[in-house]
Amino acid sequence: MSVLVFVEGLNGEIKNSSLEAASYGSQVATALGATATAVAIGDVNEAALARLGEQGISKVLFDADARLKQFVADAYVAVIAAAAQKENAKVLVFSNTGIGATVGSKLAVRLNGSLATNVTTLPKTEGGTFTVTRSVFSGKAFADVELTADVKIIAVKKNAIDISRNSGNTATVENFSASLADADFAVAPKETVMQDSEGGILLPEAERVVSGGRGLKGPENWHLVEDLAKAIGAATACSKPVSDQDWRPHHEHVGQTGITISPNLYIAIGISGAIQHLAGVNSSKVIVVINKDPEAPFFKAADYGIVGDAFEVVPKLIEAAKALDK
Amino acid sequence: MKILVCISNVPDTTAKINFTADNKSFDKNGVQYVINPWDEYALTRAIELKEAKGGTVTVLNVGEADTEPNIRKALAIGADDAIRVNAYPKDSFFVAQQIAAIAKENSYDIILMGKESIDYNGFQVHNMVGELLGIPSVTPAFKLDLLDDTTARLEREIEGGKEIVEVKLPFVASAQQPMSEPRIPNMRGIMTARTKPLKVVEPVGAEAKTSIAAYSKPEKKGGVKMIDPENAGELITLLRNEAKVL
Ligand SMILES: Cc1cc2nc3c(=O)[nH]c(=O)nc-3n(C[C@H](O)[C@H](O)[C@H](O)COP(=O)(O)OP(=O)(O)OC[C@H]3O[C@@H](n4cnc5c(N)ncnc54)[C@H](O)[C@@H]3O)c2cc1C
Ligand SMILES: Nc1ncnc2c1ncn2[C@@H]1O[C@H](COP(=O)(O)O)[C@@H](O)[C@H]1O
Repeated sequence: MSVLVFVEGLNGEIKNSSLEAASYGSQVATALGATATAVAIGDVNEAALARLGEQGISKVLFDADARLKQFVADAYVAVIAAAAQKENAKVLVFSNTGIGATVGSKLAVRLNGSLATNVTTLPKTEGGTFTVTRSVFSGKAFADVELTADVKIIAVKKNAIDISRNSGNTATVENFSASLADADFAVAPKETVMQDSEGGILLPEAERVVSGGRGLKGPENWHLVEDLAKAIGAATACSKPVSDQDWRPHHEHVGQTGITISPNLYIAIGISGAIQHLAGVNSSKVIVVINKDPEAPFFKAADYGIVGDAFEVVPKLIEAAKALDK
Repeated sequence: MKILVCISNVPDTTAKINFTADNKSFDKNGVQYVINPWDEYALTRAIELKEAKGGTVTVLNVGEADTEPNIRKALAIGADDAIRVNAYPKDSFFVAQQIAAIAKENSYDIILMGKESIDYNGFQVHNMVGELLGIPSVTPAFKLDLLDDTTARLEREIEGGKEIVEVKLPFVASAQQPMSEPRIPNMRGIMTARTKPLKVVEPVGAEAKTSIAAYSKPEKKGGVKMIDPENAGELITLLRNEAKVL
């Protein structure tokens, strides 16, 4: 019996969300007296895979098939299913990314397993049950969910689990390949267009996020958001009306109808804090609100607040951040 | 063109979330239910495709009788007919099996859903249905066009970019903004919705594979620490030394 973790690569390295999943998987394995194996596909370098040992992973199955450099759902599912069979995996762990939740859902059908996405805790396994807590109602509540099937599939929410940094262990990397049919490539992308993300920080993966709302008045003022983000190594985000008016691209829109993020630090500038906005950011660890209106609802959800004009306050923050020694 | 749109009945986006005293179920008291916002993007895109190419739009909900007002609303927005599978939606796998069973009976060309339900936040049902039916699932898509009667072109969001995918019909897709501009039902729509067919069918035997043991709410924040705007730079010091996030 083993716990199998799927890790995703990004420009050859392993995504932080996948390191969290690996740490989660090895903690589950320890609790169950099992071993934790990882499976990686496509564009990841072997040195990064070996470092998964630091997360408690003993072995990595690596499928370097060139056709799998980009995500192809059915082919990835076939590889992971084959790895699960080889390792006799009863617990499969993913990070709760679009890729992780997609392959997780498909595998739940294929392996007849129980699936929980958006998971925020390690499982409780008293009395032979297997129960995890997941985020529901757009971050407004949690549910303890019992996974009743023999095979348990978990997608771990970003920032719910700490990456372990202490052990110097390395994992052994084994080449692995599954037999793939043409049908597995039926939905392969015709074309992939990447945004030119400045600084290269993906919003869903970001540890820090600086976000702007309608209070910034117009796209010409976004240098405030961008400069602060750059100074602290953050990704940029925005509220819905900002992307609706095309001040910023849609993929930056966070909230109920945008993306959900849970960074360590979320700085909201000129955002009122409507409940639909909070739904996308309320599981951030530390929330900072800058708003000229002391009654803005966002202050109720904040850890730090500044009542003031963004056009005066933010330049001071940029200056102070630049002065920090890195 | 036969299009199936699966809609979920969820608490309004502004609803306060509360649970019953034993924390075992959601407290519906005083809560207004709406069509899941993402599903509205799917519904309007389906209606737009029908208007352009002809065909029918069927809405499907797996739920108990109290979801019917929102099914009628979908009919008022422009769907032609509706099916309600008369069952409490126990979990994603259960719901996916009900949807797959209806789809097998009726051979739809396109099955559209929302990206995720805003109550359960699964991001699961669409891919499960695709897998159960053995047809492609493209999710989450923010653009959907038909190239001809057999092929569709979708743009799908991926982390850090987008993918363009062409698939043969039939397929499953889930919708997100800005796939379409959701519509508000007009008077004529509301009148005709009453006479459009809403078929109630019993569920197929299917197991749920998860069960919710209890709900809880996040811990309240400790209160906000205010910083003088004149000394805004102090925030950066606090974020480094106190909050330890810089
Ligand atoms: C179904 C539905 C789904 C929705 N989904 C989302 C979603 O996913 N994400 C989302 O963000 N919204 C969503 N909304 C919209 C949401 O209700 C709010 O309308 C929106 O979040 C407001 O955006 P805002 O805070 O940028 O703008 P506003 O509400 O206009 O707030 C601007 C804020 O800036 C402050 N301000 C003005 N000038 C300055 C200045 N010079 N310096 C500092 N502060 C200043 C003001 O005091 C105010 O608080 C949704 C709404 C609905 C109905
Ligand atoms: N009870 C239901 N009835 C019909 N469709 C549903 C139901 N639950 C979820 N769906 C569809 O599946 C999508 C994804 O839901 P979920 O996997 O729960 O996040 C939703 O946006 C709906 O389109």
